[in-house]
Amino acid sequence: MNISRNKVEHLAALARLELSDEEIEKFSHQLTDILNYAEKINQLDTGAVEPTAHAVPLKNVLREDEVKPSLLRETVLANAPDAGEEYFKVPKVIYSS
Amino acid sequence: MELYRLTAHEIHQLLQKKEVSSEEVTMSVISRIEEVEPKVNGYIETTFDPALDTARAVDKRIARGDEIRPLTGIPIAIKDNMCTQGIKTTCSSRTLHNFIPPYDATVVKRLKEVDAVIIGKTNMDEFAMGSSTETSFYGPTRNPCNLDYVPGGTSGGSAAVVAAHETIIALGSDTGGSIRQPASFCGVVGLKPTYGRVSRFGLIAYASSFDQIGPVTKDVTDAALLMKVISGYDSADSTSVKNDVPDYLNYLEEDLKNIKIGIPIEYFAEGIDPEVKSAVLQAINLISGIGAQCENISMPHTEYAIPCYYILVTSEASSNLARYDGVQYGLRKEEKNLIGMYRATRSEGFGDEVKRRIMLGTYALSAGYYDAYYLKAQKVRTLIKQDFDKAFEKYDALITPVSPFPAFKIGEKMNDPLQMYLADIYTVTINLAGVPAISIPCGFSKDGLPIGLQIVCKPFDEHTLFKIAFALEKSLGRAKK
Amino acid sequence: MAYEAVIGLEVHVQLATKSKLFCGCRTEFANAPNSQVCPVCLGLPGVLPVMNQEALKLALTAATALQCDVLPLNRFARKNYFYPDLPKAYQISQYDEPLAKSGYIDILVNGQSRKIGITRVHIEEDAGKLIHAEEFVDPDKSFVDYNRCGTPLIEIVSEPDMRTPEEAYEYLVVLKQILEYTKISDCNMEEGSLRCDANVSVRPKGTTELGTKAEVKNMNSFRGVRDALTYEIKRQIDTLEEGGRIVQETRLFDSRTKRTDSMRGKEEAHDYRYFPEPDLPPLEIDPEWLTAIRQKMPELPQAKKLRFKQEYSLSDEEVTVLTQNRALADFFEKCTKSYPMAKIVGNWVKGEVLANLSANNQQIEDSRLTPAALVSLLKLIDEGKISGKIAKEVLTEIFATGKSPEKIVEEKGMVQISEEGALTGIIEEVLAANPQPVAEYRAGKTKALGFLVGQIMKASKGQANPGIVNQLLRNKLEV
Repeated sequence: MNISRNKVEHLAALARLELSDEEIEKFSHQLTDILNYAEKINQLDTGAVEPTAHAVPLKNVLREDEVKPSLLRETVLANAPDAGEEYFKVPKVIYSS
Repeated sequence: MELYRLTAHEIHQLLQKKEVSSEEVTMSVISRIEEVEPKVNGYIETTFDPALDTARAVDKRIARGDEIRPLTGIPIAIKDNMCTQGIKTTCSSRTLHNFIPPYDATVVKRLKEVDAVIIGKTNMDEFAMGSSTETSFYGPTRNPCNLDYVPGGTSGGSAAVVAAHETIIALGSDTGGSIRQPASFCGVVGLKPTYGRVSRFGLIAYASSFDQIGPVTKDVTDAALLMKVISGYDSADSTSVKNDVPDYLNYLEEDLKNIKIGIPIEYFAEGIDPEVKSAVLQAINLISGIGAQCENISMPHTEYAIPCYYILVTSEASSNLARYDGVQYGLRKEEKNLIGMYRATRSEGFGDEVKRRIMLGTYALSAGYYDAYYLKAQKVRTLIKQDFDKAFEKYDALITPVSPFPAFKIGEKMNDPLQMYLADIYTVTINLAGVPAISIPCGFSKDGLPIGLQIVCKPFDEHTLFKIAFALEKSLGRAKK
Repeated sequence: MAYEAVIGLEVHVQLATKSKLFCGCRTEFANAPNSQVCPVCLGLPGVLPVMNQEALKLALTAATALQCDVLPLNRFARKNYFYPDLPKAYQISQYDEPLAKSGYIDILVNGQSRKIGITRVHIEEDAGKLIHAEEFVDPDKSFVDYNRCGTPLIEIVSEPDMRTPEEAYEYLVVLKQILEYTKISDCNMEEGSLRCDANVSVRPKGTTELGTKAEVKNMNSFRGVRDALTYEIKRQIDTLEEGGRIVQETRLFDSRTKRTDSMRGKEEAHDYRYFPEPDLPPLEIDPEWLTAIRQKMPELPQAKKLRFKQEYSLSDEEVTVLTQNRALADFFEKCTKSYPMAKIVGNWVKGEVLANLSANNQQIEDSRLTPAALVSLLKLIDEGKISGKIAKEVLTEIFATGKSPEKIVEEKGMVQISEEGALTGIIEEVLAANPQPVAEYRAGKTKALGFLVGQIMKASKGQANPGIVNQLLRNKLEV
């Protein structure tokens, strides 16, 4: 198992991180070390084992369809790095989702 | 009298008898903070003015003859990953350096309901990732027992301010040992409740299926008092559980006859510091002496806990921390295009350890690797949980060390992340299984650093934890600095 | 070479709940931006989702109405991607354990019935809205409104079972009808409560291997879907005919030019890194919930059409119009309860009633016309009190004022003139004023009669009873 510099750059792009050259180098080594250690779990045969998503099993947690008050717009935008005309602003996006 | 040195239950008595006022207690804590905080760096933000307002309002009510609750008028510090309306909440991260939540976490709301006096927000590892409170954007917190040493982490700020008497009680959060390990490093009591016992609403998520809020206090009684206030079902948290919350104080004085305790041998194997081992074993002898039956047991999957834990928490974290992208709040680095803005913002907003864990988690969830890492780890989690289920068929509790070693020097372990992760071995298993565990002081190293032990019980058996911890605390004598 | 298209549709439908999927904010369409949001739907640090049970009920109703198998264990999953309209940078959706699988609907195209498979139905939260309007002062920015964020949706994914744009259009019409009949959604495309993306590929006719598909987005009407598919199918066939290759890509439809254009280079490859949502426990679907849903299920459009045809002896065309929505079908049936001549009721509903609704841009349930009023109107005609022509005017007046037909007729003096005495005067005047047609008629040009009747009706302001006028006129002219 080896996490190449390319792989590190690909992961950084997925996670929207920009890494310096030194960071890429460092993470390449560290992630390789950590993941090689993590290989340990493959020693276990888990063929018939169910995965655990929650330590305390719960199900069907539902609420009533009731309207609760929303925030004031002033509060909504209070922490915004860039806002105006009642909207959050971001660098222009050229395509729609 | 140095009021700041007292416990919450002692102050409560004095308030009831009107021998002191909440304002006097709060002022005493404030002057203590002003005196020692420059050395400790346990707080990111203090809230003296609103704290004094609350204290004075409480005093008026006491003067009027109103009944007060056990935590009414008691100063409390809150880890900076719990949202406080109108008070900056940063998670010790640059990305949230200016974030002011418009709402209170459920635990904060519950504290306000009983008029506890919120005195400040405590330092932590950035986004609760670390084991030493060294990854904070606001600089490391120092261990009050020896300022060259780390206080542990990630609730290092909470443990340090309790140990340094810069507050009476504190709240921490625990994902893989983040309450218990700093409590043991600083010589105080810390409890990680059963997953689902305390609402996570308003706790800034690191790893959602692991995180729990819990008390950090000077003694077991205070931990029981604080647990009673913060526990219980919350309709805003789909993972919170409806079980009744017992009055934990009622269990403290019970004797330990008929209590069976398992000692998992894997927790005393290679890698443990001999001083830690002997302090914990001595405490186990002591507890056998007061009626409990102790036996060695085996928990065979313990050695897989670290890789299992780190795969799962980093995966959840990579998703939980995706929202810090500079759009709605917090840091933004302006760039011409959107992706450039995202990447610049996130790279400057996050520190090294956070980036490392986001990268790891992104890898574990990415196409082609999910089954080999995430899904496999979820299955290993099942096996680890089954070790605990089996142990609790026979035993009421387990006793283990908290950390393989006492506090280490600041800077000592920052360059080898894997070694840092391996040190979490005795605590992460508890979060994987979702069971409750308490860390209480049980001795000192020859360098004078505190050593803690961990008591573990089955889910929702916190009252048994308190019973055993209280008995042990009495026998050991309170580890006072 | 002859080609055939292979089309699959992904339809997002907003569930008709009062509050959002995971928080208590209102779901109503709001014009004021960022006014229907709270910490939870804004995805602020520390918040947690709690599932709306009405959304689950509506989604289960949809799955049942679409003949799907509901999975006994449902899990939410996080779909991770960065976009400014997605505040948590993940969407809470469902992945490998969705609500339901393997359903179908029947459609009718060119008189032929076709079964279109439904691959899956799953629940998810909506994203916010990104506005790139030039009218804003700041042309270098996009603007984000989170009102829609967290609105409950179901995504209905069809099998690639459609072969023509017409089939796709019909599929959408029938799907929308089912969703409206069951009150799962208001299906308002303008407000975005029903949205459709299409996957389309072409292949030589007679082959079974699938061609490379394009995903077409940005259609905001059913007609738009049909136009986009028509264009895209032709584009793909032309490309292949010219020896080109189809690339797998997302293409945006422009409703102005009716063309699709590649999003080329503007979109990165995604790796959504789905994993189970740790903040939401799974849903274990109780079979009793499904039994209750089935018991309360209203008659679905197809069953209603069949019944209308048999019970009221109506034509396919009449049935299609009358059952186009549940309210209209209910209106029709209520009328026939007290006025059993279904054919007549049907003609009025599909003719004059729909014309008035469309003129007023209304749905039957928001209009002032009640079944009782329409029945009274029809009875006034039958009793000879008003003419069919007057009745149409009265109907328009009912839509405007909501008054009863009797009252309108009385107030406006619209009662039909049938008495001989009153009519003779008018007839004589008209005959005197039109000697030419009178002469023509008498000379054998019977066509002139129609003209004279028309003049008499005009002179009586439409109130003359046309049958009696005809009779009297003939008598007069043939003396």
